[in-house]
Amino acid sequence: MIKDFTARLWKLGDDIDTDIIIPTEYLAFPTVEEMKGYAFSPLRPELAGMIRPGDCIVAGRNFGCGSSREQAPEVLKALGISCIVAGSFARIFFRNAINNGLLLIENADLHDAVQEGDVISVRANEYIEANGMRFGIASLPENLVEILDAGGLVKAMRHRNGVE
Amino acid sequence: MGMTIAEKIIAAAAGKSCVRAGDIETVTLDYMMSNDGTTHLTIDMYNKLVSPHISDKDKLIWIVDHNVPSDSVKTAASHKKMRDFARENDITLWEGRGVCHQIMMEHYVCPGQLIFGADSHTCAYGALGAFGTGVGCTDYLYAMVTGQSWLLVPPTLRFNLHGQLRDGVCARDLILSIIKMISASGASYKAMEFGGDGLASLSIADRICICNLCVEAGAKTGLMEVDDKALAYLEERGRVPKQVFAPDADASYEQVYEIDLEDIVPVVAKPHFVDNVVPASECRDVKIDEAFLGSCSNGRIEDLRAGAKVIKGRKVAPKVRFLVVPASKEVYIQAAEEGLLEIFMEAGAIVMNPNCSVCWGSCQGVIGAGETLISTGTRNFKGRAGSPDSFVYLASAPTVTASAVMGRIATADQL
Amino acid sequence: MGMTMIEKVVSRNVGKAVKPGDIVTVSVDRVMLDDIMMPFIVDKFREMGFRDVWDPDKVVLIYDHLVPATQVDDTRHYHVSDDFADEQGLPHVHRSDGICHQLMTEAGYVKPGDVVFGTDSHTVTYGCVGAFSTGIGYTEMAGILGTGELWIRVPETIRININGTLPSNVTSKDIILTIIGKLRADGATYMALELAGDVVDGMSVASRMTIANMSVECGAKCCLFAPDEKTAEYCGVELTDELRELRADSDASYAMTLELRAEDFVPVVACPSQVDAVKPAAEAAGTRIDQVFIGSCTNGRLEDLMLAAEVLKGRKVAPYVKLIVTPASRKVYLEALRNGTIDILAKAGAMITHPSCGLCCGRAGGILSDGERVVATNNRNFLGRMGTSKVEIYLASPATAAESAVQGEIAWRKA
Repeated sequence: MIKDFTARLWKLGDDIDTDIIIPTEYLAFPTVEEMKGYAFSPLRPELAGMIRPGDCIVAGRNFGCGSSREQAPEVLKALGISCIVAGSFARIFFRNAINNGLLLIENADLHDAVQEGDVISVRANEYIEANGMRFGIASLPENLVEILDAGGLVKAMRHRNGVE
Repeated sequence: MGMTIAEKIIAAAAGKSCVRAGDIETVTLDYMMSNDGTTHLTIDMYNKLVSPHISDKDKLIWIVDHNVPSDSVKTAASHKKMRDFARENDITLWEGRGVCHQIMMEHYVCPGQLIFGADSHTCAYGALGAFGTGVGCTDYLYAMVTGQSWLLVPPTLRFNLHGQLRDGVCARDLILSIIKMISASGASYKAMEFGGDGLASLSIADRICICNLCVEAGAKTGLMEVDDKALAYLEERGRVPKQVFAPDADASYEQVYEIDLEDIVPVVAKPHFVDNVVPASECRDVKIDEAFLGSCSNGRIEDLRAGAKVIKGRKVAPKVRFLVVPASKEVYIQAAEEGLLEIFMEAGAIVMNPNCSVCWGSCQGVIGAGETLISTGTRNFKGRAGSPDSFVYLASAPTVTASAVMGRIATADQL
Repeated sequence: MGMTMIEKVVSRNVGKAVKPGDIVTVSVDRVMLDDIMMPFIVDKFREMGFRDVWDPDKVVLIYDHLVPATQVDDTRHYHVSDDFADEQGLPHVHRSDGICHQLMTEAGYVKPGDVVFGTDSHTVTYGCVGAFSTGIGYTEMAGILGTGELWIRVPETIRININGTLPSNVTSKDIILTIIGKLRADGATYMALELAGDVVDGMSVASRMTIANMSVECGAKCCLFAPDEKTAEYCGVELTDELRELRADSDASYAMTLELRAEDFVPVVACPSQVDAVKPAAEAAGTRIDQVFIGSCTNGRLEDLMLAAEVLKGRKVAPYVKLIVTPASRKVYLEALRNGTIDILAKAGAMITHPSCGLCCGRAGGILSDGERVVATNNRNFLGRMGTSKVEIYLASPATAAESAVQGEIAWRKA
């Protein structure tokens, strides 16, 4: 299950759309590894190069709105993003992230309480601690926990099909 | 001693009564055409000059045709630079209205003119008796600033055409056969001049295709004698010749070829050189991924009619992409009015807006590694149409269309 | 207690009554797979350990984002898709027939009451015929290909009633943009929209498609219109009692109900760079523009092209402004050729490109450069969507777009 962890945060605003996360121009690159350097390039071209494995993103409302491109959560995963905390998530992005084992946490208040570069501590299914304050985490529906537990939908299907 | 057409045009442009092959002359240009392939580079160089000026803006014709509509951020920036400069300097700009050489033929080229174009296929203008030749950006810049340039008067190869092409054989087959005969460098630095009793049977579209491809034999220009058909084409478009030059009977040619048009058969130029020409019948097993009907060589209404005749009531082979790209807006509208676009669309073709398309290889329609294209474009160099590991065959409009239907190289009579 | 439309469609699929918040597994009636996602879908399908697609007849493959190819690697997507189609015996493959969402409805792949998923967010479009359809990622698509099933959470519904008489210059694009402006970009996240009222009843299926298409821009999971005679005719089905029954019950329970007066609507634009930054076109009027794009799965249908032609007839696109028109499908292009719409558009100065996603997906079709502005009829104006992040995109109806092209600045048609 999801473990407790701490992460350095990158702060983004409301309505971070999928075209910002990974522009269409790069979607047909053969691998996500080749795409990941272009993450967030329309908004902050330098950002992908600065993200270190284990970092997290704290954003405002409607993170991941727009396209169904699964490359969006996949490039974030490939950059080593540990989790995304946002006021809300667009629904296709939400499903895609869970299916790739990328942890998403909905919280509307954290965004105003932190600065870029701050470190947050995540206590799974309980709260996030930042700058001495605690922010509650709602628990995920059971079917999603199952997919996360399996390590993503591909692994869940492999299990179903009896391949290891 | 007499002069060839090339010598006469250059003499007039140099203000002399007589020039000879091998002379270097300073000439005044009638037009200077430039397109989005390189104009942004010319502008960069222009802006580095000390107090630059344009000698005669009315002689500059700028045409955005290679990547239209713009397909990348880089292209968009080049186009913007070109558009802004044209606007500031009141230079005529054609954007998205066709391939540069077709627009020049439709609107500007007149017999007797000397025209520079920052594109190698500028040699096409000889179809209307103008000396057109391709130059690089530096030569273009000098001409743009001074209105003049220097020119080595080329020796001329004369081609006397006799009889007429057989049914199903095209001007494309003729010029590819000639290129094979003299090789891809057989006319380097030279002019290729066409005349003879067979000329009358060739349409203006045929002549443009022939002159256009002369550069693939290395020629500096291709020139046709101006006849009633050429004059009628001009009159229809409200233009008058600058001067009609016929070659003198005692003109001096480096070589004279007699070509019997009835001997020509459908051919293809195989990868990766334009003079690698064989009868189309020898390539019948070659499977194709894409077929292209268009370009400054073969994107005119006559070519679209020829293609439509072949494909009417038939379908493009499964998994084959058949790109049909009219050479200009004028051709596009006429093809729409004649119902040709409908025929192509019903057959499953991809009908694109007028542009250089896959002939230029960095526009829409590029081919990938291991793929094979049959094309009415100008070149089949390695990598010309996209991936360096792809293959391009050149052929006529009917052969390309028949191949699109069959999914492998075929001539129209095989359908 | 009554049910909303989405509750009825899902209940019909799972064979038991459902309510919002329920998590249920639906049997999938159709899936749409597009070229750009295909290699990823195939990889995941194999990685999951599946061998056979659950029901090849229910799978539709459409190449549209990468047609024609602009990068050499694009053709890899065709080949991966072709090979998968051959291997699995997929009968429905469209290689250059137009935009996926247009084809799914136009070619009859989606019927009222169906449950359909696609690897593209605008899959919500099929709600126009009363289907539940929504976008998913490639991993979930791979799972459906293997199992024919997907879990969903039954969404709450926002009901929007529009009654009265629309001003003559207002289109369904203005309606959906206005709704998105009211709900904001995340106002319907996880929810279904359901539209009804006189105005909706009077609308063509094409106009409903525009509204359903853009519902995802306010976060909606789907957007449903009750099937009526027009729907039945469009889908080529009989309007049975079962289909009539899909209409929401009068005592259905909604998360929110919006009552909108048709008379209050005006032509609007969505300003850079958020789809919900909506204001009356009048307030943006006079903003200088560089390009206009009419096309996409939002507004590339025959009625959109005809509306643009009505505005453009006998007029010309402003100097230095480019007008790019991309019909949504081969069928739309053919109909527009036949009824003279293309002729009007081309003569006004439009470039007509082959049916595809074109500029909307930002890979080709008219990419712009720093400081340039475009008025576009598609669905998104996100930062960098059509070029650099310094390009400004205004979304509008085809009428507003066409009028702006003529004026060279944002302008709208008076009522």
